[in-house]
Amino acid sequence: MSKRSIRIGSGAGYSGDLIQPAVQLAEEGTIDYLIFECLAERTIALAQLQKLKDPQLGYDPLLEERIKAVLPICVKKNIKIISNMGAANPIAAVDKIIELAKQLKIKKLKVVAISGDDVINAINDQDYKLIESGDSISVLKNQLVSANAYLGLRPIVEALKLDADIIITGRVADPAIFMAPLFYEFNWDIDNSDLLGKATAMGHLLECAAQVCGGYFNDLDKKQVPNPEAIGFPIAKVTSDGHYTITKVPNSGGIINKATCTEQLLYEIHDPKNYITPDVIADFSSVRFRELASNQVEISGATGANKTGKLKVSLGYKDGYIGEGQMSYGGYQAKERASLALKIIKSKLHHLGLSKYDANYDLIGVNSLSKDQVEESPNEIRIRVALRTKTKEEAITVGQQVEALYTNGPAAGGGASKSVKEIIAVQSILIDENLPTIQLTTKTIES
Amino acid sequence: MKLGDIAHSRAGDKGNISNLSLIPYNELDYLFLKKQITEEKVKSYFNERIKGSVTRYELPHLHAFNFVLEAALYSGVTRSLALDPHGKTLSSIFLMMEIDPEEYRKYRHLSLSKTSDNH
Repeated sequence: MSKRSIRIGSGAGYSGDLIQPAVQLAEEGTIDYLIFECLAERTIALAQLQKLKDPQLGYDPLLEERIKAVLPICVKKNIKIISNMGAANPIAAVDKIIELAKQLKIKKLKVVAISGDDVINAINDQDYKLIESGDSISVLKNQLVSANAYLGLRPIVEALKLDADIIITGRVADPAIFMAPLFYEFNWDIDNSDLLGKATAMGHLLECAAQVCGGYFNDLDKKQVPNPEAIGFPIAKVTSDGHYTITKVPNSGGIINKATCTEQLLYEIHDPKNYITPDVIADFSSVRFRELASNQVEISGATGANKTGKLKVSLGYKDGYIGEGQMSYGGYQAKERASLALKIIKSKLHHLGLSKYDANYDLIGVNSLSKDQVEESPNEIRIRVALRTKTKEEAITVGQQVEALYTNGPAAGGGASKSVKEIIAVQSILIDENLPTIQLTTKTIES
Repeated sequence: MKLGDIAHSRAGDKGNISNLSLIPYNELDYLFLKKQITEEKVKSYFNERIKGSVTRYELPHLHAFNFVLEAALYSGVTRSLALDPHGKTLSSIFLMMEIDPEEYRKYRHLSLSKTSDNH
């Protein structure tokens, strides 16, 4: 018999998120599912580069630490784990989890990898138009590192039907990893757009973890957050007849109210009537929040329309380097000396033939975030020079030139820093939803 | 008087597009914001920062707005040279927008008297 209600915990809002609140959720949250959303737009391209270096890598760098921290509790309490920590290599991630589980003396475990989001070979023989630039995909051909389609919830529901304890995916739509348990547990119709739209709203509220519980919300007296050093992660309580409540672990820090939910509902969406996912075009335009009790908010009013039949594919490609250098100036005439330092660097980079590149010359504390000018000289100020270059050597030069202000620049510059990073840029195409060949790979420990 | 005195906001990023929510602390102020914080006003406030268009979506049930700013992130988080490539800080910069306190006082006076008429 299917359950009447389930509780879904959100254990991570991004790859580097805190682990302790996830442990707290597993221990005290009375949850049935623990979900980790760890894949940002370009993370998978970086993971793909790692996999090229070592075929046993390419999954989330914190996977080991996260799984070690929560697995014994989840096994004991029969909590299922779903995560996109597989990144570019879900099968290697599953092998790693089995290895960790053995070390933890876990006697029985079923772990399923979902792969097939990697479509780099499948898109090879056709021309596609890049959504962002409108150019043909062929302009990126030599720079392309990765091509991953956003899969929907169907393969995750299939994996749950295999009685998996842990499901590891690569690229899937963020809300899908939260939605799948509902359709599996309540046996909901996977083609019902209204149910999918409502579930998408829940998934969207949960996918950034603390961001719905007072994380990224505190604005002192205007938006108070109790106990901000111990913000708990969110839980969705969902009933089989479609009632949704967002809450968190009792006595954890943070706050859940209409304001936190409204901020998060609109986070990273465009037209609230047309939030396009692989499973549904969700409509959040009539969502309502009701505060049932302290830190308990009911969501209602979301709906949806039929999916488009297309999947978005994120293309990661190499696009040169960013070279950066920073230096601080303080005290007497700080702003004037900092401005002179920028002028000197600009001239030096010009003579080195680098003025052809896009560059930022910032006075941090004055104009690095917005172009508003601060009239009087601040007590301290930091210059920042950043250039997007073609070669790594050119990028290195930027930081070197800024650092050399120590002995060559205006008086009393301090605290130089420099960095070089390779740019993995992202653009997108749309493909037919049937193009990816999806595969479920099961690994088990049996006593 | 600043926008941040009566409303809050969160910024999100997708590629080169930024979105800014705008949510009044008091639901009564929804219609005031609807009249005052137009697409044109947001576009000119951010000036050369936004290379594309600004679209405002209204959510009357939530008493909130969502502003979508095209080409606002110097080609997006992966390629941007900005210190804050996601444009995360745009929300609090948005809240520094000036509000005419006279207009606000008049609006509040009117809407409060309307509310009391209804009872």
